[in-house]
Amino acid sequence: MLVSTNREDEKEDATLSSGCVYVGVDIGSTTAKLVIRDGETIIYKKYERHYSQVRAKTLAMLEAAREYLEGKEIKIAISGSAGLGVAEACGINFVQEVYATYALIKEKEPGTDAVIELGGEDAKIIFLKGGVDERMNGTCAGGTGAFIDQMATLLNVTPDELDELSLQCGKIYPIASRCGVFAKTDIQPLINQGVQKSDIAASIYQAVVNQTISGLAQGRKIEGKVVFLGGPLYYNKGLRKSFKETLKLDDEHAIFPDYALISVALGATIFASNQTQSFTYDDIISSIRASLSEKTTVNTMAPLFKDAAEREEFTNRHALENVEYADIATYQGNAYLGIDCGSTTTKLVLMGENKEILWSYYDSNKGNPVDVVKKQLIEVRTLCGENITIKGSGVTGYGEELILNAFHVDKGLVETMAHFMAAKQFEPQVDFILDIGGQDIKCIKIKNNAVDSIMLNEACSSGCGSFIETFAKSMGYKAPEFAKLGLEGDAPVDLGSRCTVFMNSSIKQAQKDGVSVENISAGLSVSVIKNAIYKVIRANSPTELGDHIVVQGGTFLNDAILKAFENEIGHPVIRPMIAGIMGAYGAAIYAMESASADAQSTLLSLEKLQSFTHTSKAAVCPGCTNHCALTINTFSDGGKFISGNRCEKMKNGGKRKAEGLNLYEFKRKKLEEMMGGTVYAEVDENTAKDAAKTKADGKLTIGLPLQLGMYDLAPLWYGLFTDLGFNVVFSGFSSRNTYLAGQDSIPSDTACYPAKIMHGHIVKLVKQGVDAIFAPCLTYNLDENAGDNHYNCPIVAYYPELLKDNMDILNETIYFQPFLNINDEKELAREFLMLMPEKLGKFTEAQYLHAIRAGFERYHKYHEELRAEADRIVKEAHGKGMRIMVLAGRPYHVDPEINHGIDLLAESLGFAIITEDSIAYRIGKIPTKVLNQWTYHARLYSAAEYVTERDDMELVQLVSFGCGIDAITTDEVRAILERKGRIYTQIKIDEINNLSAVNIRLRSLLGALEMRDREK
Amino acid sequence: MDEQGRVEFTKEMKKDYRILIPTMLPRHLKMLAALLNAYGYHAELLENTGKEVIDTGLKYVHNDACYPATLVVGQFISALNSGKYDVHKTALFFTQTGGGCRASNYISLIRKALVKAGYGYIPVISLNFVGLEKNSGFKLSIPMMRRMLYSVIYGDVLMVLCNQVKAHEIHKGDAEAMADKWTKKCVDQLKTPGILPYSKIKKTFSEIIRDYKTIERDNVQKVKVGIVGEIYVKFSPLANRFLENYLIEEGAEPNMAGLMDFALFYIYGRVLEYDMYRIHKKSIHILRLAYKIFVKKQQDIIDAIHKESDFDAPTPFAHTVALAKPYVNYGVKMGEGWLLVAEMVEHIDRGTNNIVITQPFGCLPNHIVGKGVMKVVKDRNPGVNLIAIDYDASASEINQQNRIKLLLANAKQEM
Repeated sequence: MLVSTNREDEKEDATLSSGCVYVGVDIGSTTAKLVIRDGETIIYKKYERHYSQVRAKTLAMLEAAREYLEGKEIKIAISGSAGLGVAEACGINFVQEVYATYALIKEKEPGTDAVIELGGEDAKIIFLKGGVDERMNGTCAGGTGAFIDQMATLLNVTPDELDELSLQCGKIYPIASRCGVFAKTDIQPLINQGVQKSDIAASIYQAVVNQTISGLAQGRKIEGKVVFLGGPLYYNKGLRKSFKETLKLDDEHAIFPDYALISVALGATIFASNQTQSFTYDDIISSIRASLSEKTTVNTMAPLFKDAAEREEFTNRHALENVEYADIATYQGNAYLGIDCGSTTTKLVLMGENKEILWSYYDSNKGNPVDVVKKQLIEVRTLCGENITIKGSGVTGYGEELILNAFHVDKGLVETMAHFMAAKQFEPQVDFILDIGGQDIKCIKIKNNAVDSIMLNEACSSGCGSFIETFAKSMGYKAPEFAKLGLEGDAPVDLGSRCTVFMNSSIKQAQKDGVSVENISAGLSVSVIKNAIYKVIRANSPTELGDHIVVQGGTFLNDAILKAFENEIGHPVIRPMIAGIMGAYGAAIYAMESASADAQSTLLSLEKLQSFTHTSKAAVCPGCTNHCALTINTFSDGGKFISGNRCEKMKNGGKRKAEGLNLYEFKRKKLEEMMGGTVYAEVDENTAKDAAKTKADGKLTIGLPLQLGMYDLAPLWYGLFTDLGFNVVFSGFSSRNTYLAGQDSIPSDTACYPAKIMHGHIVKLVKQGVDAIFAPCLTYNLDENAGDNHYNCPIVAYYPELLKDNMDILNETIYFQPFLNINDEKELAREFLMLMPEKLGKFTEAQYLHAIRAGFERYHKYHEELRAEADRIVKEAHGKGMRIMVLAGRPYHVDPEINHGIDLLAESLGFAIITEDSIAYRIGKIPTKVLNQWTYHARLYSAAEYVTERDDMELVQLVSFGCGIDAITTDEVRAILERKGRIYTQIKIDEINNLSAVNIRLRSLLGALEMRDREK
Repeated sequence: MDEQGRVEFTKEMKKDYRILIPTMLPRHLKMLAALLNAYGYHAELLENTGKEVIDTGLKYVHNDACYPATLVVGQFISALNSGKYDVHKTALFFTQTGGGCRASNYISLIRKALVKAGYGYIPVISLNFVGLEKNSGFKLSIPMMRRMLYSVIYGDVLMVLCNQVKAHEIHKGDAEAMADKWTKKCVDQLKTPGILPYSKIKKTFSEIIRDYKTIERDNVQKVKVGIVGEIYVKFSPLANRFLENYLIEEGAEPNMAGLMDFALFYIYGRVLEYDMYRIHKKSIHILRLAYKIFVKKQQDIIDAIHKESDFDAPTPFAHTVALAKPYVNYGVKMGEGWLLVAEMVEHIDRGTNNIVITQPFGCLPNHIVGKGVMKVVKDRNPGVNLIAIDYDASASEINQQNRIKLLLANAKQEM
């Protein structure tokens, strides 16, 4: 047994020495650890951040431990994700970190079943029982330690404070757990909505736990004795608590050892002790020192500036792009206030009659935008005094509604419009605006003085601005300072251009290779830009963007980013000097344009501002089965603002505005009828009741998981099994709980959300006590003669097969997942005859045929009803002059958890909603540039074609994150629409439960449509 | 250009158009190019690699499309941009399986990229056996298809032997040099006009086997690592970052099933569909016949290796099929389908307990047949080390290497 006897840095009696010491070095993504062991005793240990100076830090740490090493025979091993390069360069043995941990735990905690280790950016699980198995986070799983740090920054607390906060939590909010960027997207609105920090803190930890379970365990249960290692688990009590509670471990089974911080380094000493090769202190020091200057090959790019002249021209040119200013102290007359309550920053502008800026503010919203805005409003009201009258005010950004309600701001507008208004001031001919903020990238294309199309970043590539900030901090710099260094980079490192999580890994690689901070900073700028151009805008050449480009958003205040952009597109662009406050400036202009001459602003007076207070509390909306998690903000004047709701019910006294013009609702209603009332696939106390009900009538019960293809074919299978005399039950609609119930058996975390949620449906059915579960595998879907073939996508086709191998719970029931051909009734009957499990009874081929026909009758009737209802909706909407949205996706996008209530949101914005499958039949097969080989996707193309023939219809495509097929279909649907000059809108959906981005998109669409109508 | 945006490869074009072939399986496709040339085409295997290819691909392919599409498009467009070719006399060549995964749409992605890059006039020839797209200037005759089969045989033989020898060669480079030598010889043979009897082919691959025996090898026991995965990433060094070489450098012996298995999977898959769903009724006899022919050819290779040497031979396909049965339904056919599972089990069956599953990031079929079966394969084969590695333009090499090192560390410990 190893015994760790002393505290950090404490000098130990060196007389123990047998002449040979074992040294373990662990260089992780953010920290370096050193452990020196003499025999079984740890004589020295150290844990430090390395700020990406990997080799220098290793050297410094070893030198600091000189007295323990000099004159000894040293056996050494290096480990850690950034340690490989050091080891190779110095000729020291490398030991893979998971392997080092494994060796350590075998020795120190025999009987351990699993080890969970969270590091700066790595997460690992080692299963020790029943076949040793190690899982490390793959390419798409955000860091954990770094992620927690980032979240703490977002909340404006230290990591320690975050931990403290989490222990006082009252409510856990769902936060997407796939990767850091996703989670951040979920957290930001919570902050903006004024949710208690303590609740957010605990929710962040819970997200980390969920991520570990679904992302790493991948279908293997974490149970028995579990050892927790690594910095985050060593320091954060709240995180430990979340793990213990979620994994249901008691103190005996959850081990948090005191060597948790240095476990890998300690494990490396074990490896070192088995080495035959030994070194002297001088050997090691000189070989590491030699490696300091050694250049390794890294992919690099040209520097941002060719020469000094280019840099000067750049600086001078952009200095001209400014607005007029006036002194607020001397200005007299009317003024207009603009507020941009962004995701991470709050911006305010006070503007005079001639659009001159009198005063402005730009800073982080410190996790509490209401307080920040209050303070600044008091400031500006005070400065205005008697001489300046605020005639109008406007607010935009993520926190628009909250601020609007809290301070009685006159006007709210969607941020894309705000940016367009501001950009026009700098370049009246502007045809393209690129805005990179802390969290989002927005691209606005302008045609004929109207917003033509809007692109927002998908959740996966977001966070660019704040990513630079957080990364700068982790390296020990302030963001502006870090950015400035980038301008000096002589050979920027190529970091790739996918999402920031990927960049993290590439940076790790660059650090390993000893790249300078300057070149990392410059490389990061180029990556952010490439990400924006090629991933978000998806442009191929600069001409595609436009001739008059205005760039803005806080991120563009960074000169390195700006230059990287100009380099990439090959010509100069305009960056207003007020790039950071353009949204607020636009809101002020909007306020001015919409204020009539004699209007009075409703903005709170100085007096009211001073007495303004605000409290927020969490609640669950009782209004419908969506059970939205609400945040109720109460203001001192008695005003209330409720956020988190999908529909308008809470705002309209419990009533929805227009009942009935939503085909999604109709579809759900039809399914509910089949299910016998609303059912949710949640495993709770009701499951027991369902179980009793299931058995009531003595018939055998077949359970149908309501997800993926089942959403379309439910009537067929329901009809078929009912006709055969079974009692048929559905798992019901999905909810977040459905996902959680099955998440521990998901083998591939990058599959789409509808697939991953299938696991929970199975759990629900099994717990409900069904006799069998039927989930057919259908390579081919129904042939609707609308394409070149009629496949299902691989996930819809084969997910039931995957469930068989990954869900042990299926052993408790009969799982029937036959491979079927549903395009031939007789053939299908033959297949049932062959494949039906004996325990479910014997039927003749004729009986099957009869049942199949009964099923298809139901199926066709269902689709006829859909079409009829769509016709009714279209007619009624037409009569009312409403816009009709074809919310097009897959049949399973009707699921309230999968679409997160987007249909309700669209409804609340005044759209009538129909689906692609209710109109596709009107068109049939159309010529496409892609191979039109999937049934559901053929419907999309036909529906898009139909929309181009209708002036009153717009198509919005829902895309599930991770859907590889949609990489093909989205381009095609866009092309079909744009060929006829129509607007294409795409919404990517995942676990993320937040509709803010969707709201912006849909409102921008509305804005663009309104502008178009005005043009006509 | 037709409604679908397709430019046909006409008879006229056949005369003087250069046909570019992407590097999926370098050796196999080099022979394919040679043999197209023997039939009057002017084909050339692309050899451009590196960052330029990836960057160009990223520029012209949707971010969410799979990595192979990015690479193929990148390779084509950067070749066209290089100035090496008369772009008005150039055509591109790509395979299409017509399966249910995205791969069947690579051709459309290539066409879209061509239009975006200003090469909309360049024809793309689809090599497929399901009648997807037809070109008047490109037709496969029976003798041509037969020679294509031969090139697959040669490619597989060379790959199987080269991997086994390379890990043990005393003089570094011997195995590759021999593969190069024989690739050239085989190309010459395949180009020869007139009748090329199969007996000649058999004789040649026996010679190859004997020749490989002459390479001086060590007797060191090495960790054997099986490579399975999505077909492009598995085979293409451009995609998998020279995985085979990396494993050899790390002291392991890589091993993977050849292209023949995929061809057999493809043909047999349709036979299975007939059995399961009663589809492909018209072609079932031809399919069964083709299956028999291919199985026989594979058996010839196996027999020759056993007869001539003590090298490991490929597993007979019928056995491969049988191995998959307890794990996966034969109805799983998209992408590599059940074959991917079969290949994992096949490695285990041959005593290779360390397996790397290679896949493009976000590969749909691999959710099912890659990561989806890892649990069951491990459960039933305790002691087997399996890792799945995602390949992508931005996937960090260090992350990938780290995980491979973990696999090797485990394997070495068990040895």
